[in-house]
Amino acid sequence: MSLGLKALKKSPWVFHVNTGACNNCDIEILDALTPRFDVERFGIVLVGSIRHADVLLISGPVTRNVLPRLKRLYEQAPKPIKVIVIGACGCNCGIFRDGYNIIGPVDKHIPVDAYVPGCPPKPETIIAGVVKVLNTL
Amino acid sequence: MVKKIPIGPFHPILEEPEFFELHVDGERVVDIDITIGWSHRGIELLSEHKTWDQVPFLVERVCGICSASHPYAYVKAVEDLLQIEVPERAQYIRVIVAELERLHSHLLWTGLAGHFLGYNTVFMWAWKYREPLLDILEAVTGNRNHYATWRIGGVRRDLPEEEIPNIREMLDELEKKNDLLTKAIIDDPVIHARTKGVGVLNQTKCREYGALGPTARAGNYNIDARRDHPIDAYRNVEFDVIVCENGDVYDKAVVRQLENFEAIRIIRQCLDAIEAMDGGDILLEIEEVPPGEGLGVYEAPRGEVFHYVRSDGKNMPMRHKIRAPSFNNILTNEYTVPGYSVADAGLITAAVDPCYSCTERVGVVNARSGERKVLNEEDLIRMSREKTERIRRELGIR
Repeated sequence: MSLGLKALKKSPWVFHVNTGACNNCDIEILDALTPRFDVERFGIVLVGSIRHADVLLISGPVTRNVLPRLKRLYEQAPKPIKVIVIGACGCNCGIFRDGYNIIGPVDKHIPVDAYVPGCPPKPETIIAGVVKVLNTL
Repeated sequence: MVKKIPIGPFHPILEEPEFFELHVDGERVVDIDITIGWSHRGIELLSEHKTWDQVPFLVERVCGICSASHPYAYVKAVEDLLQIEVPERAQYIRVIVAELERLHSHLLWTGLAGHFLGYNTVFMWAWKYREPLLDILEAVTGNRNHYATWRIGGVRRDLPEEEIPNIREMLDELEKKNDLLTKAIIDDPVIHARTKGVGVLNQTKCREYGALGPTARAGNYNIDARRDHPIDAYRNVEFDVIVCENGDVYDKAVVRQLENFEAIRIIRQCLDAIEAMDGGDILLEIEEVPPGEGLGVYEAPRGEVFHYVRSDGKNMPMRHKIRAPSFNNILTNEYTVPGYSVADAGLITAAVDPCYSCTERVGVVNARSGERKVLNEEDLIRMSREKTERIRRELGIR
């Protein structure tokens, strides 16, 4: 295991993107940081810039307006980056599947490492998803 | 020299993407351009292709935090079309879930406002107190968010009798914590210095922009759809509409904190009524929806939600129009932000509670030379916190 990878496993920094979700998944991601779940004690930190991120959490179906921005974010991310899709909308567009402004789930546009289904997934599920991805490293 | 600062459309903290472009002269904001539509999903058209009973599931996903208010306004619109009155027990259950949602939404906002000010303790506390609330919602409706409780003609699930003591216990506990939080905000000189007289939206401007909810009530504009257009059990419960004088960020925070007490008061009255009721129907079966049109109005945590449906006698709405309160409230930023510093801009845009939906990346563009400096959301929060620190030092605290 390279030094960089070891550091990544020790303290993964996550960045989160809402590509058109109803923002419930985003609230649950934030919720995982607050006292009841408190993932910061494991070194998982939500960062404000994609350039600092090790893990990208994406919620929501991809809307037409957001797609160019999503692709740019993925390009800007330092590699290797792990992409985790949070919520039913990101996994398969969920209830918005037939919307005219929705252009497919996230994995149609960028590579995805893990899916966390649920509408919205509970914070426990989100944490379990991140841990599973880290275990594969 | 005027520079432009684009804020958005993404940000890593919360809520729907929005895009603000600040025109700044030095530190001072002189103008603001607002672009919305980043998370446009075409919900109105989608809902015109779903059956009447499927639509509540769709509209509660308009917004994750208002996931009680939108289905409430929708079912009221259809019930207005049908000219029916739902069973009394269902009315009370609806109000309980809706008011629990108001509590969790206001606490969420208070936490985020604290986060932007550099008071992470407030953020952590508010979200900690919110957790028991979500547990109760899970016990009552089956999910922490997206309650799937509303149904045309009543509610989908009965309130379990054995949960009522738990709800009361949670409310007692929450009332104390909310009191503590409110006092912390009212007594803190640094919060006063950062928020008083900042982002003022007076009554005249509230009317001009059509501001709604706590944003309007903070500016002495006394509107509340729960009182003005009473529906269901709101006709039978007593509550006060909280109104403040100045319309600044401080008042917007105080209005939300005090509304929490009113919400607790409403829920207690509803629980009393349900306990006195001894069973009863929760659903009125609807066979079909005749041609016609209906309006539904409900006071969401952010203001008045408006739904309009038209039926042509088929099993789907022919037209479904949704107007959410944030649409009006976001536009008030055009008036409230100019004149203040960049460090305040984040706070003011957050104060109407679309939260800080847009600060993932900020680029400062020098209009004359085209030189570009990229700020991100961290920088903006840092600038806001530095200002708080500066004020703290000036006031001689710590």
